[in-house]
Amino acid sequence: MLEISALNSFYGKAHILNDLGFSVSKGEVVALLGRNGAGKTTTMKSIMQLVRPKSGKVQFNGQDITALPSHRIARLGLGYVPEERRIFSDLTILENLEVGRQPPRADAPAWTVDALFELFPNLFERRHNRGKAMSGGEQQMLTIARTLMGNPKLLLLDEPSEGIAPVIVEQMAETILRFKKEGLTVIISEQNLHFARIVADRAIIIESGEKKFDGSFSELEKQPEIRDAYLSV
Amino acid sequence: MGLFVAQLLTGLANAAALFLVASGLSLIFGVTRIVNFAHGSLYMLGAYFGVTLMNTLPGVFGFWTSILLSGLIVGVIGIAIEVCVLRPVYRAPELFQLVATFGVILVIQDLTLMVWGAEDRLGPRAPGLKSVVRILGEPVPQYDLALIAITPFILLALWWLIARTRVGVLVRAATQDREMVGALGVNQSWLFTGVFFLGSALAGLGGALQLPKGGADLLMDLNIISAVFVVVVIGGMGSIPGAFVASVLISVLNVFGVSYIPQSTLVLMYVVMAVVLLIRPYGLFGREEKAGEHGQVGEPDRPIRPAGTKGRLFVAALIAALALVPLVGENFTQVLITDIVIFCLFAASLQFMLSTGGLVSFGHAAYFGGGAYAAALLVTYADTPMELAFLFAPLAAGLLALIFGWFCIRLSGVYFAMLTLAFSQLVWSLVFQWYDVTGGDDGLVNIWPAEWLSGTTAYYYFTLIVGVGGIILLRQLAHAPFGYTLRATRDSARQAEATGINVKLVQWSAFAMAGAMAGLAGGLFVFSKGSIFPNELEIGKSFDALIVVFLGGVKTLSGGVVGAAFMESAKDWLTRLEYWRLILGLLIIGVVIIAPDGIVGTLRRVGERIGLLRTQEFMR
Ligand SMILES: Nc1ncnc2c1ncn2[C@@H]1O[C@H](COP(=O)(O)OP(=O)(O)OP(=O)(O)O)[C@@H](O)[C@H]1O
Ligand SMILES: [Mg+2]
Repeated sequence: MLEISALNSFYGKAHILNDLGFSVSKGEVVALLGRNGAGKTTTMKSIMQLVRPKSGKVQFNGQDITALPSHRIARLGLGYVPEERRIFSDLTILENLEVGRQPPRADAPAWTVDALFELFPNLFERRHNRGKAMSGGEQQMLTIARTLMGNPKLLLLDEPSEGIAPVIVEQMAETILRFKKEGLTVIISEQNLHFARIVADRAIIIESGEKKFDGSFSELEKQPEIRDAYLSV
Repeated sequence: MGLFVAQLLTGLANAAALFLVASGLSLIFGVTRIVNFAHGSLYMLGAYFGVTLMNTLPGVFGFWTSILLSGLIVGVIGIAIEVCVLRPVYRAPELFQLVATFGVILVIQDLTLMVWGAEDRLGPRAPGLKSVVRILGEPVPQYDLALIAITPFILLALWWLIARTRVGVLVRAATQDREMVGALGVNQSWLFTGVFFLGSALAGLGGALQLPKGGADLLMDLNIISAVFVVVVIGGMGSIPGAFVASVLISVLNVFGVSYIPQSTLVLMYVVMAVVLLIRPYGLFGREEKAGEHGQVGEPDRPIRPAGTKGRLFVAALIAALALVPLVGENFTQVLITDIVIFCLFAASLQFMLSTGGLVSFGHAAYFGGGAYAAALLVTYADTPMELAFLFAPLAAGLLALIFGWFCIRLSGVYFAMLTLAFSQLVWSLVFQWYDVTGGDDGLVNIWPAEWLSGTTAYYYFTLIVGVGGIILLRQLAHAPFGYTLRATRDSARQAEATGINVKLVQWSAFAMAGAMAGLAGGLFVFSKGSIFPNELEIGKSFDALIVVFLGGVKTLSGGVVGAAFMESAKDWLTRLEYWRLILGLLIIGVVIIAPDGIVGTLRRVGERIGLLRTQEFMR
């Protein structure tokens, strides 16, 4: 469904992604693992073309999206949930959802405001409040819900478990498993190996923008030296 | 009592056009982050189209249709500006976008002149609303009452659009984080173009709507723009209710000012603005801006280096050649070069704070003119000898910059720029309206240099020594530890703070230094001309300096000097052409889009490419 090959991305002169390549098939949940600064966020931004790669290719359902503007990519069915959340703090929760709204598509789960409120009941209670006055967990739910309003086929979740309470992390894991059941393809970036193992089918480990491992969690289990070298446990 | 009410109503009626223009500007700024200096030009176009249409379409229906059509036409012109001029520079730093809109002002000025001619047009009276109503015994024009009735509906319609529709939600979201809005599948280009259409149409409506109270003339673009800035800044950039409240405040203040303190109406407006900004730096309804919030990242600046040997030799040769000019050149050449050197010093002083310090001032003329006026006032009222009065020019300007700078440096970005503009307009309006002391529009005359400097050639050498000395001093300062510290505060105030630099103090010193050097240029200027007029303090003068720094190259040290020399010499023949503004405007827009590095930056790049220069070894 998503195919990335030989991607090279830069911030100014700093070379961040180094010939990075991997692919994700339909219905899979893939965890992108790596330490702080490994390049996980940059990978996601490069997929969305929020960072323009210098070379390499990103293909979505066979279509080359490397030169498209971000909004076109989103409309093709890629939903991006940024690490910093970036909710519109001057807008109410309902208005935040409205920004993300796109027409439903045939080959992806269709979300409505009501369905999302069912998924995240906390949001419903505060639907007329502005984004400003929300806790970290609520903000995380809102960004995910906002992106789902676009009825994506593939969801890019950047560190969904970061900075939220343990109870909410558990809820988050259940939510992601539910997305999987609905047929969504998901890429999550994570530092939390435990969390990743619960929700994901496959792990991709990157370090300094290079792929170091690509395989199932049981394979990863058998190679503790990789885990120790590239993940902070 | 009757008179009071009548004046209040006049003020409210005057607020209508001001509100329309200001809300348009505010809307555009909110979403695109562009301060559209050409917004006054769109207002002017609205008035001209309105006059033409009203003279064609008859009756009550024709009158109101004309107003709506004017708005639509100007909206479409706004789209053209957005697509052709601004779209290519959205990713560029703020200053580039501003300069591009300066270019648009010039182009529209000349196009209007071509189409409608130089003569002022009187606005037709509104059919059916030509008489007056007596309110408490005082006559109030019916049209004023109509305007007062219409404005709240426009406010309401705008409010509904922004608060209640999907477009409004997207606009507000984009105001906050336009990249994220794009990542969620919204086509920002359309959003921007749409907002530009709406904002421009509002300006056009304002221009047409005020016709029965005024008319159309070629000065109305710059005349309204400073009032609009005051309104937008007081109300808060990006806030529509803010624009409304501030329009009413300023218009009412103006009407009462005219009848009770006619000498200080202009001053009053800028005093109110300065006070509001001091108490609420982001305006009455504004939202605090955080630096870098909108993710404008450019290429990292190249480190600057002292000039290489080649560069030094070139400059030395140039100065030597200038010193030889009086031996061969005529008087005219010497006068021209004197003007050029003075302008170069003025531009260099702005460049010092702008490029090295990242402090974009819109009101640098205040210090140039301030220094000149300080010297001229001393000569006129205290018979001060020229030498002493001349020394006072940089001192007074530096002091002025010290005072204004203390307030300005508390703000940053657009708000900093606006406050510098407000202060410079304050100085201008004081000089312009305080006739008894400054001579107002008549200026101060007979300010000649001392005996030993009185010949053209003597003054030429004097200017050359002082001017070149000043420029070299500024360059040295940029390469001194102070310059490096200043650059650190520009690149990241927070990091600089963390390494123990007193950011505000450094910026304040740079502001004062730039002001003093501008004052020095002003001192040279006043004694070379023998007179000084308020136009040396005008917005236009500040813009001139910004434009030459930009043309020369913002990211260089010598850009201001090169740009000023280029511009001053080009002006001499350019202004002989009938439509020189059009040419200059197009040139500016072209530079912004095609060669944003400016003259110096482009030359350097070309030089490096063809191998004439080793990388980074140009006179910078
Ligand atoms: N805007 C930027 N400008 C310059 N360098 C950046 C920028 N954003 C990230 N970097 C650098 O790029 C590298 C990769 O960053 P990235 O955010 O992709 O890492 P990450 O794996 O997402 O880390 P984390 O787990 O902390 O989120 C880091 O070294 C970081 O310092
Ligand atoms: Mg990250």
